[in-house]
Amino acid sequence: MSDARFLRFAHGDVIPRAGVPRIDVAAFNTAVAESVASGHRLVTLFGHPAGKDFIELMAILANDRDGELSVAATAVAGSYPALTPGCPQAHWFEREIAEQWAVTPEGHPWLKPIRFHQPYRPGASPWQRTGETPAQPGITNYFRVEGREIHEVAVGPVHAGIIEPGHFRFQCHGENVFNLEIELGYQHRGIERRIRGGPDNRTIHYMETAGGDTTVGHAMAYCHLMEALGRVRVPARAQVLRGVALELERLANHTGDLGALAGDIGYLPTASFCGRIRGDWLNLTATMCGNRFGRGLIRPGGLGNEPDAECLKNILCRLDAFERDMAGAVELLWATTSVMARLEETGVVSQADAISIGLVGPAARACGLSRDVRNDFPSGIYRYANIPPASWHSGDVFARAFVRWVESQRSIAFIREQLGTLPTGAVAVASGRIAPDAMAVSLVEGWRGEICHVALTDSNGRFEHYKVSDPSFHNWYGLALALRNQQISDFPLCNKSFNLSYCGHDL
Amino acid sequence: MWRVILERLRQKHRTHGYPAEAPVMPGRFQGRPVVDNNTVAGAEGPVACCPTAALAIGPDHRLRLDAGKCLFCGECTKACGQHGVRFTQEHRLAAARREDLVIKGGEEHLADALNKEAARLFGRSLKLRQVSAGGCNACEADTNVLNTLVFDLGRFGIQFVASPRHADGLLVTGPVTKNMELALRKTYEAVPSPKIVIAVGACAISGGLFAGHDETFRGVGDILPVDLFIPGCPPHPWTILDGLLRVLGKLR
Repeated sequence: MSDARFLRFAHGDVIPRAGVPRIDVAAFNTAVAESVASGHRLVTLFGHPAGKDFIELMAILANDRDGELSVAATAVAGSYPALTPGCPQAHWFEREIAEQWAVTPEGHPWLKPIRFHQPYRPGASPWQRTGETPAQPGITNYFRVEGREIHEVAVGPVHAGIIEPGHFRFQCHGENVFNLEIELGYQHRGIERRIRGGPDNRTIHYMETAGGDTTVGHAMAYCHLMEALGRVRVPARAQVLRGVALELERLANHTGDLGALAGDIGYLPTASFCGRIRGDWLNLTATMCGNRFGRGLIRPGGLGNEPDAECLKNILCRLDAFERDMAGAVELLWATTSVMARLEETGVVSQADAISIGLVGPAARACGLSRDVRNDFPSGIYRYANIPPASWHSGDVFARAFVRWVESQRSIAFIREQLGTLPTGAVAVASGRIAPDAMAVSLVEGWRGEICHVALTDSNGRFEHYKVSDPSFHNWYGLALALRNQQISDFPLCNKSFNLSYCGHDL
Repeated sequence: MWRVILERLRQKHRTHGYPAEAPVMPGRFQGRPVVDNNTVAGAEGPVACCPTAALAIGPDHRLRLDAGKCLFCGECTKACGQHGVRFTQEHRLAAARREDLVIKGGEEHLADALNKEAARLFGRSLKLRQVSAGGCNACEADTNVLNTLVFDLGRFGIQFVASPRHADGLLVTGPVTKNMELALRKTYEAVPSPKIVIAVGACAISGGLFAGHDETFRGVGDILPVDLFIPGCPPHPWTILDGLLRVLGKLR
């Protein structure tokens, strides 16, 4: 792609902000749509203030095949022609931009708030004329199907289990779901807004709580950015142990999800075993740093805690037993006909839809796609140790479960190999001075998929803007598609098979 | 079916012997903090590095640590070296009064049981509705884990139920976002009286990291009366279980 509309760069590069091509909005729309049509993927699209009256839109695209990123930018004022009609991957991002910056993407097919907060700059949001009460979650117009025997089911924000809040609106014909609309925002804590102006002593903690079950993933994405911007080289030992922590996080969550899927089917042996084994993985993380979710472990420059030799020996030694327990628990699923009957052909997402809406992570790999940041845009230890992406073609709940199991086995093999050949040396180096007027992008394959952090620094090396894109941001709409023409009773199973983050989305 | 039975035999009985058997915490676990009674000189460093202002110098010119705000990140111990604050392996942290969470040199106030009437009502069967109101899913996960066979919450007569109308109280996580205020109030109103409220985690107790954000409150206490505070970020499952049993008068 020798295209002057984009700046191409490698993952981990620090780019001078002045080098990002600024094009007019019509050219920007065409460029992004053409790039996506040629097989690239919209990693993130966000706005940030540029001067008094303008918002700069920045699109970051990934060429997964060649491991190359590209960026383009444009400036808009009060409104601009929406990208979404020509590029469905942009639909959720444009709703975010409209809400944060009071900019209207004209022609967006379903322009609604996603987090229900006041705009970050003076001016009314596209949904609010001066003097009106601001939009509130749960009080909006929903997509409606009209007709005889059509009925509507509303679920949430408070759900039956111990899970985070979100609102689901089903349009049903009998038991069949014609449309599911997912409305989030209940978890919005204002994280992104508080990161601007940093880094400071709270920043790393915001990263660790952006999505608590992805503590290691988000902390790693942030640290990679800090290390790129500060031109710091992280010691090999720390890189390896970060990889071990990331894979332990994946193992804990994949195990929990497989157990929860079994629980939703009412197949209790696997549900009980996996519930316990998930805790075993969390406890291994706790032996490294004291916290079951890995808090305090990943810090800019390396590790915040150095696991001692005994701890590492203990992890290696327990790995075999946990692998045996997990295999025994999970393989019961595939060997039980009544379980397979429930998993197969439920909640199918086609590969074409997965590409069109830009699914990431296990949900994408369950549609036969092989995208995996560890393979396509490796950083840290993943540059040296390859984990082959695990994919399956059927796009159903079974595929999303099976991909998790194959990935888990590969994570165990990775940990075993890495701890067997652990480099010696320091685990942390001092942070460097953050490059001013620069931009950097960091991608990490968290257990849910691609985590993307983007930092734009000002002339003093502070964060002028910081964008966090959790994999859930790409994937929530995938869940809505999976429910089409399914039974309403399939919802819990489909939901678990994606297991997306509410707070990671709402921030 | 034989395969299931065989696997069950292989995986064995794994329920922990708690409370008769003491839980073993990970070697690096940062539990109940201890604050040095004398130190003030040089305390500005550790106080300044605390991300949630949990560590402060009180009017008596002595260090005090508010466990209800503390993330247990240990940044203060790194900044103050040997003296000032250290974290012990003690997992018991729950308190019935907010002020009991403020740790000054050597004092300790664990939660007392509820009053006699409440203990009579809930002591043998406590049904809770969980509400996440801005929680990051760590407190939620470590509450949910109590239902697994390792902890086996049901053997203590405690159960999480699907509807507030079936519940004796709420267990709330998260700082309470403005967007969850109405849902939390409605859920509370739907619980029949008498009812209890349990705040789990630094966010639910004080707002934690999010205290002072326009988008959130400073914990459940801003909205509802709280009967039990369980600190941590997130609290270890044993800490949560200890708090639940303590408030029911099952641990002394």
